[in-house]
Amino acid sequence: MSESTTAPTEPGRITGVPILLDGVTKRYGSKSAPAVDHLTLEIPAGSTVMFVGPSGCGKTTTMKMINRLIEPTEGSIVIDGEDVTTMNGDDLRRRMGYVIQAGGLFPHMTVAANIGLVPKMLGWDKQRIAERVDELLELVSLDPDSYRDRYPKQLSGGQQQRVGVARALAADPPVLLMDEPFGAVDPITRQRLQDEMISIQNELRKTIVIVTHDIDEAVKLGDWVVVFDEGARIQQYDSPERILAEPANDFVSDFVGSGAGLKALGLTRVNEMPILDAVVVTPEDSPTTAVQKAEAAGHGHVVVLDRARRPIAWPSVAQLRRATALPTRYEPDLPIVGMGATLEDALDTMLVSRAGAALVVGPRGRFEGVVDIDTVMQSLRDNRGAADTGRSPVGTNDAEARIEVAPDTGEITLITPDQVGTGRGRYDDGAAEPSRSDADEGSDSTALPQTSGERP
Amino acid sequence: MDYVTDRWQQILFASWQHFSLVVQCLLLATVIAVGLAMVSYRSERLSNLANSFTAIGLTIPSFAMIGLLIAPLGFGVLPAVVVVTFYAVLPILRNAVVGLNSVPGGVVESARGIGMSRMATFFRVELPMAWPVILTGMRVSAQMVMGIAAIAAFVLGPGLGGFIFSGLSRLGGANSLASVITGIVAVIVVATILDALLILLGRLTTSRGLRV
Repeated sequence: MSESTTAPTEPGRITGVPILLDGVTKRYGSKSAPAVDHLTLEIPAGSTVMFVGPSGCGKTTTMKMINRLIEPTEGSIVIDGEDVTTMNGDDLRRRMGYVIQAGGLFPHMTVAANIGLVPKMLGWDKQRIAERVDELLELVSLDPDSYRDRYPKQLSGGQQQRVGVARALAADPPVLLMDEPFGAVDPITRQRLQDEMISIQNELRKTIVIVTHDIDEAVKLGDWVVVFDEGARIQQYDSPERILAEPANDFVSDFVGSGAGLKALGLTRVNEMPILDAVVVTPEDSPTTAVQKAEAAGHGHVVVLDRARRPIAWPSVAQLRRATALPTRYEPDLPIVGMGATLEDALDTMLVSRAGAALVVGPRGRFEGVVDIDTVMQSLRDNRGAADTGRSPVGTNDAEARIEVAPDTGEITLITPDQVGTGRGRYDDGAAEPSRSDADEGSDSTALPQTSGERP
Repeated sequence: MDYVTDRWQQILFASWQHFSLVVQCLLLATVIAVGLAMVSYRSERLSNLANSFTAIGLTIPSFAMIGLLIAPLGFGVLPAVVVVTFYAVLPILRNAVVGLNSVPGGVVESARGIGMSRMATFFRVELPMAWPVILTGMRVSAQMVMGIAAIAAFVLGPGLGGFIFSGLSRLGGANSLASVITGIVAVIVVATILDALLILLGRLTTSRGLRV
């Protein structure tokens, strides 16, 4: 089922398993309002789902009920088709990775002992644990020889966080739960850790649930984002693109805050955009030839490339008319962006350059084409009408809603009371489906995203 | 000085007995104190109760306490052990409760989160992290009960108290002052040796990760 809900283009085999919260409620005391109110939530295998919301909205409680650090009052938790609500909590937790802010490392144990703890509890032999520790340290970009025997206090915040992630992955669990994992590090380290997390996830394809209060982090890391209000009421469960472009209600748009458009720029990469052709010449060509070529193509600039097709200069036709020869020296301030750069980076480069465009280079600095501001604007407009190509995960706080799992595919269907009798077909008619809850529906709100989140 | 050289064997034996009484009581007290702390540290009410118990316990005069124990326990080693252990428990209990409570919540949470049972979390995470604080409590206890163990001589218990009591009871008589001073000096020497041993124990049993 996961193939239909997550981008199949990514590398790596899915090693995660699907999680289903079925009508889960957590009440502290009998009178108070529930911390989590009849939450039904599908977390597709191999995808990263971000829980965001203001403090006290129940997002952390919800996450901790998945590994039963907090026991649900009602409802059940199903992991990979198995109801884990009544199994031994310690055994359950050994099968899941758990990372908290600042890593939660044990200060009296070395890095290797911290990472090897779960494998040791699972009865692995020493040799296998040692190999695994080194493998994981490499995965999180720490040199095993210099970090293995250090104590947590001898590490920086970012390094502690990396070790925390390595420890969580130690026994290769299919599920990883992270509670504000990058909250305690400085912004630059946070960004680097987030980027590493994305590449680790591209490789491993675990099912990851991350709790955060930072909407930027949520849209950056998530395949899917759940915006919660008090009582873990789902305000919107959607792809990051749609959360930014089409907030379901005032609550979500307030939470996303200003600059949603700019945030969307950080989601798309240059290689996902149409790249424009350019007139290319070599330094051996004469300026006259270059001008003729440019005029024939109707372009105002030509790109001068070296033998390895790396850009040397980007003169305008007017400059070429004055020139006696084409430049052979590499111009230092060329606006160059890589294929993997985000549109945010690209826009920044363009604003600095005088051309209102940037040269795109691929591997080894080879010239690929040009992006300009119009292309970026067009991509933003396209994002608003993101195409619906697949099924979205299910999420609702409707106490009457029932879950139906298809026995063959494991596909999950939500049956709301008004649909009982009409049976399935929930997603057959996507356009007619309500894609989100109305703000005033309160506790009975149902958020049913209809877009598929192709990860940027 | 003649007093000491004449009774060298006797002093050495009494010192050893004194040392042995304190060490054994200290070990017993540590086990009891950690046990009590384990029961109480997670509840605020019980933690407060443990702290009040420590505070009140320390105000009871040890001499009165040992005197009262003669009725149920008689004379000899048993009342001495009970009194010394009782007082030794108090500072260790207080430090153990404080030490266990100062283990960061996040560390305990991640221990539980990666699948350690309550027991494993206590013995492999919380106790090792609280250990330096508990050990400090043990050192305070050791110093304190060195003096209390001397009073055990009142119930004819073992140790250096005998020199002090016999000297005091015939003060002004021959060698009485020498007897008292010998007792006091020997207690101080034994106390210093034990403290040094406890520091060494701390070095050997505290994780390097907690010291850096």
